[in-house]
Amino acid sequence: MKPFTKKPSAALPGDVCRILEHNEETLYLSLTGRLDASATAQLWTPLLNLVENIAPQLLRVKADAVTYCDGAGIGLLMELARRQLKRQGQYSLNGLKEEIAHLWSQYQPEDFLEIHSTRPQPCCMPEEAGRLVVHAWQSMLDMVRFTGELTLALLHAARHPRSVRWPEVWLVMEKAGVNALFIVGLISFLIGLIMAFQATIPMRQFGVEIYVANLTALSMLRELGPLMTALLLAGRSGSAFAAELGTMKINEEIDALTTMGLAPIPFLVVTRVLATVMIMPLLSLFANLMGLVGGAVVLLSLGYPLITYINQVKAAVNLLDLTGGLAKTLIFALIVAGVGCLYGLKTRSGASAVGDSATRAVVMGIILIVIADGLFAVVYYYLGI
Amino acid sequence: MPESPKTIIKVKNLTVGYGDTIVLRDVSFDVGRGEIFVVLGGSGCGKSTLLKNMIGLYRPRAGQILYDGQDIVTAEGVQRRSLLRSIGVMYQSGALFGSLTLMENVRLPLEEFTDLPDPAMDLIAAMKLQLVGLKDFGHYLPSELSGGMRKRAAIARAMVLDPQILFLDEPTAGLDPITSAEMDQLILQLAESLTMTFVIVTHELPSIFAVADRVIMLDQRAKGIVASGSPAQLRDTSTDPWVRSFFRRETTPVAIQQEDRPPHE
Ligand SMILES: Nc1ncnc2c1ncn2[C@@H]1O[C@H](COP(=O)(O)OP(=O)(O)OP(=O)(O)O)[C@@H](O)[C@H]1O
Ligand SMILES: [Mg+2]
Repeated sequence: MKPFTKKPSAALPGDVCRILEHNEETLYLSLTGRLDASATAQLWTPLLNLVENIAPQLLRVKADAVTYCDGAGIGLLMELARRQLKRQGQYSLNGLKEEIAHLWSQYQPEDFLEIHSTRPQPCCMPEEAGRLVVHAWQSMLDMVRFTGELTLALLHAARHPRSVRWPEVWLVMEKAGVNALFIVGLISFLIGLIMAFQATIPMRQFGVEIYVANLTALSMLRELGPLMTALLLAGRSGSAFAAELGTMKINEEIDALTTMGLAPIPFLVVTRVLATVMIMPLLSLFANLMGLVGGAVVLLSLGYPLITYINQVKAAVNLLDLTGGLAKTLIFALIVAGVGCLYGLKTRSGASAVGDSATRAVVMGIILIVIADGLFAVVYYYLGI
Repeated sequence: MPESPKTIIKVKNLTVGYGDTIVLRDVSFDVGRGEIFVVLGGSGCGKSTLLKNMIGLYRPRAGQILYDGQDIVTAEGVQRRSLLRSIGVMYQSGALFGSLTLMENVRLPLEEFTDLPDPAMDLIAAMKLQLVGLKDFGHYLPSELSGGMRKRAAIARAMVLDPQILFLDEPTAGLDPITSAEMDQLILQLAESLTMTFVIVTHELPSIFAVADRVIMLDQRAKGIVASGSPAQLRDTSTDPWVRSFFRRETTPVAIQQEDRPPHE
């Protein structure tokens, strides 16, 4: 907000406001004509500065020549009254036309001594820090509770597959999966291509360019295919879930579900989690393939025949590499869908809340995916996969 | 009230609709300066649609909406801005901005359309909130308020510029009868003191009898106006069955109430 700018040079518009009398005690003003928003805007600062400089004990305003006075004009009269009240001076306003006097009489200067326009801000660092800690603790509790509820709901769904709303599952699979094919394919292809291309330069020094195939295949299948798919889905679908459920929360649709006896987690979350869990391995498989295609393009351009590349890839990776990578995507899918839905359901009211939820869902989703990937790396290392 | 008010809005052969459906066909009426004009009709008959077309939000299929002879549909640039400056609108859903506090919501038109200094805007916004009984809630976000409070805040925002014409879509729906009567009182006062014109959609019979100078009644099947006149005329003389049953539903108690004590104390 702009600070109140004092412009002492701005002259009092004489056609609207004149000083009738001015001594140590009293300032007697007369107002004339239309006091609408534009006239008031011109008058406001000079008039208030004048009154402030003189600081009269009694301020008298003669308003019988005011022909029109809307909310802005009444506001000016009120501001004069309010300032007099604050410095414990007196104020008398007379001659207002009857209709305008009606408007004026609706307000009491005492009511406007203080005006709060913005939200009170929390004050100091310790308070902020305390809030943050409590908030983080609450979020963790929420996440644990949600995980528990989701597990129960998924177990229930596994025992009673008919209770799942499959049409919605297919719909989510289409939106989160089929419609993501292009972006997943493109990114994976480029990653394969770039990785292979960057690797050829050092490899060529040792004359082992063909091992670029090994590098591309291993890193795509074990790491990058699943990871890139998960990150893309976290950005694409995790945020969509959060926004969708968040909007439902704001519109009281979630409350409506609850009162109809439909718990939101089985009704809304299970479908999304199932769909994501089913679609993510498939997407990741596609990503692997596209990554390998990217690598192939590089090796073909170096003059190796395709069959050599394929044989090299076959020798480099085994089934365990592939399945190990795909197994990770199951957990990634749980994270993406779970976090998206959790933040959606946690949305608080307000228009910006949905946006906040979507943002948090993406950030939290990515963090958890990367952590999970690190854990997998350690576990796979000890298992010898 | 002026005896024969000069026309301020002239609606000529207006046809409005969405996509392939026509909601209202060939509607014409005039609204006089300083008049309180009430639009009635069953749910879904197109009252909100009519209002949104009248304020130039949608382009009508056919017909004209003239403000002092100026067509709001074709107005552009400065003309359009000055037209918009002269009207205030309260939408049925309130349409407060969720990320702004009440005070900021009410201040927004002032910031946009006037050169008033900052403290002036704060004071004027606070005064408008006081009028609707929300002065102490200036720093609340709309989502922290009840439905009726949001409605009242929306009224405050619509009238903060004291526009020449105020469009109110169901301003008192969902308010308790006492607050509702206070809003009616406010409308009457503004119409009298500032010669403001009101176009109001409402279903509240007491409000209609308290404020309305003239009423038009829309009908979904007829896709147009089926009755118009003062509320008393409609109650006593209308031959349309819908109009009759609408007014009969409550006319007796209202009539008694109005005789027993003044409608607003
Ligand atoms: N955005 C829209 N798109 C398509 N049709 C709409 C839209 N808004 C309203 N309608 C249709 O236009 C018709 C009139 O709607 P409108 O909102 O004007 O009714 P109303 O008279 O204001 O009703 P209520 O008293 O319930 O508010 C309805 O049949 C509705 O289905
Ligand atoms: Mg409506």
